[in-house]
Amino acid sequence: MSKQTAESPSRARAEEQSATGVMEEASVATFESGLDKDRKTIKQQQKTRVEGFDRDTLLKLYYQMLLIRRFEEKSAEAYSLGKIGGFCHLYIGQEAVAVGAISAIRKDDYVLTSYREHGHAIAKGMSPESVMAELFGRVGGCSHGKGGSMHLFDKELNFLGGHAIVGGQIPLATGVAFAAKYKGTDRVALCFFGEAAVNQGVFHESLNMAQLWKLPCIYICENNQYGMGTSQERAMSLKDVAQKACAYEIAAEFVDGMDVLAVREATERAVERARRDFLPTLLEVRTYRFMGHSMSDPGNYRTRAEIERYQERDPIKLFSASLKEKKIIDDAGLGEIDERVRAEVEKALRFAEESPEPPAEHLYYDVYANPITTAPEEN
Amino acid sequence: MAVITIREALNQAIREEMLRDENVFLMGEEVAAYQGAYKVTKGLLQELGSKRVIDTPITELGFAGLGVGAAMVGLRPIIEFMTFNFSILATDQIINSAAKMLYMSGGQFKIPIVFRGPGGSAFQVSSQHSQALESWFAYFPGLKVVMPSTPAYAKGLLKSSIRDDDPVIFIEQERMYGNKGEVPEGEDFTIPLGVADIKREGTDVTIVARSLMVPVALKAADVLASQGVSCEVVDPRTIRPLDIGTIVESVKKTNRVVVAEETHPFCGVAAEISTEIMERAFDYLDAPVKRVSGADVPMPYAKKLENLAIPGVEQVVAAVREVAYLD
Repeated sequence: MSKQTAESPSRARAEEQSATGVMEEASVATFESGLDKDRKTIKQQQKTRVEGFDRDTLLKLYYQMLLIRRFEEKSAEAYSLGKIGGFCHLYIGQEAVAVGAISAIRKDDYVLTSYREHGHAIAKGMSPESVMAELFGRVGGCSHGKGGSMHLFDKELNFLGGHAIVGGQIPLATGVAFAAKYKGTDRVALCFFGEAAVNQGVFHESLNMAQLWKLPCIYICENNQYGMGTSQERAMSLKDVAQKACAYEIAAEFVDGMDVLAVREATERAVERARRDFLPTLLEVRTYRFMGHSMSDPGNYRTRAEIERYQERDPIKLFSASLKEKKIIDDAGLGEIDERVRAEVEKALRFAEESPEPPAEHLYYDVYANPITTAPEEN
Repeated sequence: MAVITIREALNQAIREEMLRDENVFLMGEEVAAYQGAYKVTKGLLQELGSKRVIDTPITELGFAGLGVGAAMVGLRPIIEFMTFNFSILATDQIINSAAKMLYMSGGQFKIPIVFRGPGGSAFQVSSQHSQALESWFAYFPGLKVVMPSTPAYAKGLLKSSIRDDDPVIFIEQERMYGNKGEVPEGEDFTIPLGVADIKREGTDVTIVARSLMVPVALKAADVLASQGVSCEVVDPRTIRPLDIGTIVESVKKTNRVVVAEETHPFCGVAAEISTEIMERAFDYLDAPVKRVSGADVPMPYAKKLENLAIPGVEQVVAAVREVAYLD
């Protein structure tokens, strides 16, 4: 990382710190080299973090990550069998981001995300049954089969989608944060998007408004380095997404997206800033998807070796190793969790298969909340 | 009844609905400190405060999306486009988010939002600032599209739009803000969406007209009356959902129709109305439906050319005479 890129977000944060006093120690200068660190060093960092959490929390995070991993593996299988249609964007490799970040917020806080959102939905508390049934296009799905893989919603859990135009959720989340503040609550909105969405104009429009109006929105850029088949270096003039925050004087942080605890801690800092001072934050979370962009991705834009290099940093393997070494759990315990997870995914699959297709009359349901009948009866 | 302008009627509607419901807020370019580029929002900042009357940066896609997000969690935004020409930048959020959210969430998230502002032809501002876009928005299920032609309609329809739980595209005609008319007193005055109004009863030819074409059609009806032709003028007021029932009933009576509009003819609302009439009342027609539309060109600047691009009384009179087989 060049000196210049290292300094710009730091400067934004330094000003932030002087204004609010809530900024934590900068991780900007250290993260970039973190991606190149060997597995041993990363494990050492995570093991230190493990000490700050209780056993239940750690095991819950592990369970959720594994549940998402197994859920996605099952989704891939069901897609290959033709049971899931359309597009299907898997989250495998990125589990630590959704799980770590969403574990840092309250139940009544909001989450909005993109079309690669099965993991976020499950992390927010949606049942794998309702998600899998939605992927299957069944009436028991969370959106009653109308939305599909890219449009998962759950109003009761404040999971606000599931948006399939790149960057489309960014102004929506900004508006949700606006409403949270307008109504006098201390709720915050988490907004997830990929690094390719940062090239959309609306990302910049939203960050400008969020800082201008002091909105409690936390923008989480999951930088998996590829927008479909186009690498970040072929699409973005800057190397670091977090650096863009300084254009709006928004606090920013680089986060290791392969370390669930690092994601959680960074999100906690951002949440505190949002709740207490109505300030937005941009987190650039470096991650990697192990699967293709979607199920139809030929994958010819990156090498097997590159994927394998990142798989050495698999967030789930990394975490289970840390937990074992810190004596939080042993192999037998991990095996027991795996069995529970597999059983839950099987249950979701059965539910989806048994859930009926939407009845034909649903085609015309929910076009309008206040429908108006104007056409006369046909003669 | 008080006689006020469309501009004042809209102002009253916004003010009354904001006083009635704290969840209603107003956002847009120059709506607050500047008092509105067209003065529709005059005085609202002073009375209702900067929390609820909010000036935005020039960032249409951003604040349109912000409004939709706020509507997802219970607010009722009024998003002003300084002119609807700029809504073009915001169409992703209007169409892909506002119009579809309820449906694709399986009925979970309604979007009670009003996108409003002036549209249609303006005075000599050339191609990018002078165009009618209602057929775009009317295309999409999930949106409602409203176009008032009088101060009373402006007030009553805007109040209904703000209270409605669906996204409403509310297009005010830029040339008509100063038009005056009687508006019923009382804060309870509303006009339901999706209900056409018969502006003038007649027996020979139906003229379906909206927005700027309503006064044009009424003038044409006066001219035609002096020529012995009795015209019925129907203003749908809401473009989507369209009160086709009232239009068809009129056609069954007169058996001849002219549809007048400012928009380009191709894929315009008049094309849709014509088809609906053909499908529902073909056997009642004594002549083919005739459209009078804006010229199929971008709006020119020169006054003479601009006048040629916008339909006027003469064209409507000629169209009526044509369907009545008088020439």
